[in-house]
Amino acid sequence: MTREVTAITVRPARRLAGGTAAGLGVAVIYLSLIVLIPLAAVVWRSADQGPGYFWRSVTTPDAWAALTLTIGASALVALINLVMGTAIAWVLVRDRFPGRRVLDTIIDLPFALPTIVAGLVLLALYGPQSPLGINLAYSRAGVVLALMFVTLPFVVRTVQPVLLELDTEMEQAAASLGAGPFQTFRRVILPNLVPAMLSGTALAFTRAISEFGSTVLISGNLPFKTQVAAVNIFSQIEGDNTTGAAAISTVLLVVALVALVSLDVLQRWGRRRG
Amino acid sequence: MAKHALRLVAVAYVLFLLVLPVILIIWRTFGDGLAPFVEALTSPSALHAFKVTLTVAGWAVVANTVFGVVTAILLVRHQFPGKQLLGAFIDLPMAVSPVVVGLALILVYGRFAPFGGLLESWGIQVIFSTPGMVLATVFVALPLVVRAIVPVLEELGDEQEQAAHTLGASRLQTFVRITLPGIRWALGYGIVLCLARSLGEYGAVAVVSGRLVDQTQTLTLFVEERFQNFDQPAAFAAATALALIAVVTLLLTKLLRPKDRIDGN
Repeated sequence: MTREVTAITVRPARRLAGGTAAGLGVAVIYLSLIVLIPLAAVVWRSADQGPGYFWRSVTTPDAWAALTLTIGASALVALINLVMGTAIAWVLVRDRFPGRRVLDTIIDLPFALPTIVAGLVLLALYGPQSPLGINLAYSRAGVVLALMFVTLPFVVRTVQPVLLELDTEMEQAAASLGAGPFQTFRRVILPNLVPAMLSGTALAFTRAISEFGSTVLISGNLPFKTQVAAVNIFSQIEGDNTTGAAAISTVLLVVALVALVSLDVLQRWGRRRG
Repeated sequence: MAKHALRLVAVAYVLFLLVLPVILIIWRTFGDGLAPFVEALTSPSALHAFKVTLTVAGWAVVANTVFGVVTAILLVRHQFPGKQLLGAFIDLPMAVSPVVVGLALILVYGRFAPFGGLLESWGIQVIFSTPGMVLATVFVALPLVVRAIVPVLEELGDEQEQAAHTLGASRLQTFVRITLPGIRWALGYGIVLCLARSLGEYGAVAVVSGRLVDQTQTLTLFVEERFQNFDQPAAFAAATALALIAVVTLLLTKLLRPKDRIDGN
């Protein structure tokens, strides 16, 4: 009697484990060969001439200029997104006007449009042949514009669902108790949105520091002026200096990782509060 | 009043940042009619770039779809040590610059790297050739299918699968008859996203392909190379073709987005 019972409960479990093991093996090998081993090779290569060489590669004048420009421009773009992304999400959720659904669809365009095409279209409107008479080609403003284009959806798409779920009862209560619209926004709505706003901003920042394609055409890649880190890495690879390229790559990876870990902490914090 | 001001600011921002630039390039491409557009896209180089793009994207989408389905089922339906770590590693490609992806692959699969040297001795050239471009494209598009399916699998639950299993269905039967119909919209959504990302990849492919015209040149590389060589009509035509693909993708994802249609019927 007991034997039978054990047989019934154990057999499916063991079969499951067999299938799990095979699938897991395939997934882990795939992930390792394509992502993990190559990324580990970058970090390994950056360190293989010692920490002194690593530091010198990162602080060569052109690499340092590219890194500071990238991080500075990305921080600026993240801030712009924090404000504009929240405003757009607000308009999409709370406002009613013809064309709202079209606007909602268009927001995702930067995710679908190839980055090189993004750079080219921006150059058409804000380049030397601009019909608006605004020429941002080969300037840092052009770099910022390209980063704004590719990062637009992040904050909108993280704030929008939170805003949709938000109960308007609390706002009505605040209003009935005599709070003005600004007070209601600051005291009732904003605290609920902050975690989503910050995680969208962190995602936008991570995307901006790693951006390559959209900045290639509009920035002109002038060292010390408009060359971003990814372009600097690219030119070092072309110049066969893979160790230097790996050092700057490692810095980018670490900065992205720090941003993503802070994002995770923020989300936990948000969930505890929610 | 404040409401209208906010609406105006939001619409103007999206208009000047996204809509007008894209419309302008389409308008410039078709300014002289359809003939120059067709002519620019049917040149031997452009046709070759189309072919390379489709080959690379095709392989990458197939590989990531199979991996995506297997991994999503593992993550949702099975328990194993290191599960959270696997979930975190899958999102890793999102945080890596495309250029770093290229460098990473060169360091492992390049001719002078140990692994690449081994493959070279078997007559398989990875870097500066199609396999390397497929690897680069797989890397950048890796999380898309997994992340599209996971939430739907979680939502569906495994009761029907358990029932099928109890009634004697094999694993394959259960997958084909129960799981697959349940996730089909999400799977379609993931595949469309993956295909769009694969067709449009530039940075990672630029590094590993060596950018050899008429050999390893994809459509995005074609856009850049034509533009730098002052052949604006060809660059604009190819960019417009890619932008139109992006718009179609956008509409398709709108239709398939799992949020709006979790069914299984």
